[in-house]
Amino acid sequence: MIHVVDYGTGNVGSVLNMIRKVGGEARASGDPGELSRATKLLLPGVGSFDNAVQKLGKLGLPDLLRDKAREGVPLLGICLGMQLLSDGSEEGVLPGLGLIPGRVSRFSFGQEWPDLKIPHMGWNRVRRCKTHPLLNGLDENSRFYFVHSYHYQCQDEADVLLETTHGYDFTSGVQRENVMGVQFHPEKSHRYGMQLMRNFVEI
Amino acid sequence: MLAARLMPCLLMKRGALVKTVQFKTPVYVGDPVNAVRIFNEKEVDELILLDITATTERHNIDFETLEKLTSECFMPICYGGGVRTIDDMRRLYALGIEKISLSAAAIERPALVTEAATEFGNQAIVVTLDVKKNLWGKYSVRTHGGSVDTRRHPVDLAREMEAAGAGEILVNAIDRDGTWSGFDLKLLREISASVRVPVIACGGAGTLPDVRGAVREGGASAVAIGSMAVFQGKDLGVLIKFPSREQQDALFE
Repeated sequence: MIHVVDYGTGNVGSVLNMIRKVGGEARASGDPGELSRATKLLLPGVGSFDNAVQKLGKLGLPDLLRDKAREGVPLLGICLGMQLLSDGSEEGVLPGLGLIPGRVSRFSFGQEWPDLKIPHMGWNRVRRCKTHPLLNGLDENSRFYFVHSYHYQCQDEADVLLETTHGYDFTSGVQRENVMGVQFHPEKSHRYGMQLMRNFVEI
Repeated sequence: MLAARLMPCLLMKRGALVKTVQFKTPVYVGDPVNAVRIFNEKEVDELILLDITATTERHNIDFETLEKLTSECFMPICYGGGVRTIDDMRRLYALGIEKISLSAAAIERPALVTEAATEFGNQAIVVTLDVKKNLWGKYSVRTHGGSVDTRRHPVDLAREMEAAGAGEILVNAIDRDGTWSGFDLKLLREISASVRVPVIACGGAGTLPDVRGAVREGGASAVAIGSMAVFQGKDLGVLIKFPSREQQDALFE
């Protein structure tokens, strides 16, 4: 059973739809009592960093998520949910969960790519930086749907799971022990997203 | 690198899928749920669904049909038509709609765009500008299915909507709608050069080179096709179809 953290931001409906489609069991919850018994967690999220941190805080979830991660419960962050795993973001002033050391920065193109749009919105490919069960069955032709203006910068290169090019190369996936994050939306990425979600169900 | 997005733009009228010419004479082309399922199987990048009478006839958003559409759809969906409040939007996002297109409501009250962007993020808010040329060749933005002239220039409104928090601007050229005659590249160029957010080109696609032109010459980040996705060809019968991934890759190489 995957518990999808429902804290009032993020497309919980789409995530539940896809987990069920690939044969997993899923439940949305924002209740600390219920989430404290979770054996697998998915943290979605769209919108602004501070808004999400505040909403998690109101439900008393940041400490709970940190505790669950330390217990070894698999935790997957999606989009802003991945960014929340960091220490903090240029987008806001509030601290992130601090589960994978690093900070989140805004795309900055300067003179080199004057035509590139922000947000990075649309389908793009990913390159794997290490092998991990979350990436089983995916290859260099796998395409994922992205929409974001900020990207993760890991402190330790060993935590970088995936890379993508938008102007320059940025980190599009992170992983340290049982904590994982992807910047794209697997729940909106057709069969490639389904494969990744199936992998998470099986982890 | 990021690929330009190509998406079907589907029109709904009282629960049926239709296609118009210059925003008039809607022709029945099928069932929206079925069509969306086919486009999902074809793994299209994204899909736009506009209810063309929700605002003009002031009827409610057809949540029931939308729920059927989204439960088996694994791509981003943008919905527009009759959305006027944050509550409407919250309900749509809960169904699994990613993006909401605002037109009349946003132009009448830009603060709605700001409120929506604050609550759901800029990426979730698309502002649609239906643009028509007047007799002197001057562009202005229309609402309510093209029947109300706002007397606003699309470039001014695009800038205003971007500043208010719109994450994308959908530019729909009324004169080109359903004509298969190519995009209004001048209009696209003017708008894409004046905003930093992605512009979606809509209205006039007849061939794949038209689609490429909207990106290469028009500066659009995404292209929406209507007739091309639901008819076999100009003046021909209904056929749900879409360029293959190979065709799309070749287009935007």
